[in-house]
Amino acid sequence: MTKMIQMVKVGIADLKVTKSLEKLRTSGLGSCVGIVIYDEIHKTAGMAHIMLPDSTLARKGDINRFKYADTAIEDLLIELSRSGADTFRLKAKIAGGAQMFHFTPASEMMRIGPRNVEAVKKKLVSLRIPIEAQDVGGQSGRTIEFNPLTSSLHIKTVNKKEMII
Amino acid sequence: MKRHLTGKRLKYKSMTFIDRFSAVQLDVLKEVGNIGAGHAATALSYLLERKIGMFVPSVQLADFDEVVELSGSAEEVVVSVFLKIEGDAPGGMFFILSPPQAESFVRIMTGDASFTIHNPKSMGIGVSALKELGNILAGSYLTALSDLTQLTLYPSVPSLNIDMAGAILSFGLLELSLVSDQGIVIETCLTDPSNETKESVEGHFFLFPDPDSYDTLFKALGVSAYD
Repeated sequence: MTKMIQMVKVGIADLKVTKSLEKLRTSGLGSCVGIVIYDEIHKTAGMAHIMLPDSTLARKGDINRFKYADTAIEDLLIELSRSGADTFRLKAKIAGGAQMFHFTPASEMMRIGPRNVEAVKKKLVSLRIPIEAQDVGGQSGRTIEFNPLTSSLHIKTVNKKEMII
Repeated sequence: MKRHLTGKRLKYKSMTFIDRFSAVQLDVLKEVGNIGAGHAATALSYLLERKIGMFVPSVQLADFDEVVELSGSAEEVVVSVFLKIEGDAPGGMFFILSPPQAESFVRIMTGDASFTIHNPKSMGIGVSALKELGNILAGSYLTALSDLTQLTLYPSVPSLNIDMAGAILSFGLLELSLVSDQGIVIETCLTDPSNETKESVEGHFFLFPDPDSYDTLFKALGVSAYD
């Protein structure tokens, strides 16, 4: 019997956790960063699609924690350990953080892609989660798909061939 | 045993920014889109020497995912001209075309019937033509808005991107994302009246005022900012 592989869609400022038979996918990452954290043995993985680097940027008290790099990664860890992943074995793959627009004078918002990538890396380092692979920066949008069975991250861009990291 | 887990959204309340808007205010924003795009359609019509129609604009309150899917899917490749609006009511504006539509516009403007966006050799002139098109359209949109509100608004140099709609439009949501998880989309579609099929939408305008610009706009248009 073959089992159908399901696709779980992760939206903007969204976060999902899945086990083995479901792939995780998020489309049209520009300056946003897609973060995958996974446990290769338990075939458990989670994906977050963050927009902004730091929850302290929020101008309102109540926030969507999945929108910011720092809080989304914290929540991803909690959700992963709830679904049986071993936190000591977790690894990460990240993609996105492009700089889609260039204007002079450059505003802080223009640099949001690189700032998102820095914030994601900083948070992962502080939690001692190794970054196994990454495809970040540049000037192109990305659509990414993670397969928990193989721990492979497929990355589509408009002008380049699909790559697997 | 298979354990199924999907991420749960934590409870949060950040709807206040959106909840504030009244029906009257949304109607005013619709009128802003209407007048702006009306002028842009006229400009496009002169430029291409053909009739250009216009959809009644829509103003929607939408989740970010819905916003980036308004002109197709988030992954769909679009041709986009983006301008930053500076002055009294800062914000951003996108003019979005499908790749075939952009090619068709460039062919009319340059007289080069073989132009494609996939041919790097002819891209130079095509980029210039598309930027100029975006500049003229956004310029007339903003001039109309500026006349209506008596506010000083000026566009930045246009930026041309051919990429996934999600990657492009999410940039327009960044300022908004600091205060809200939903966007107000002031959308207007340009159409080709000679073509009655559904494919006849020729372009989309998206206006994204920065969060702080709404009060300025409402005040200038004689609508109370809070009601």
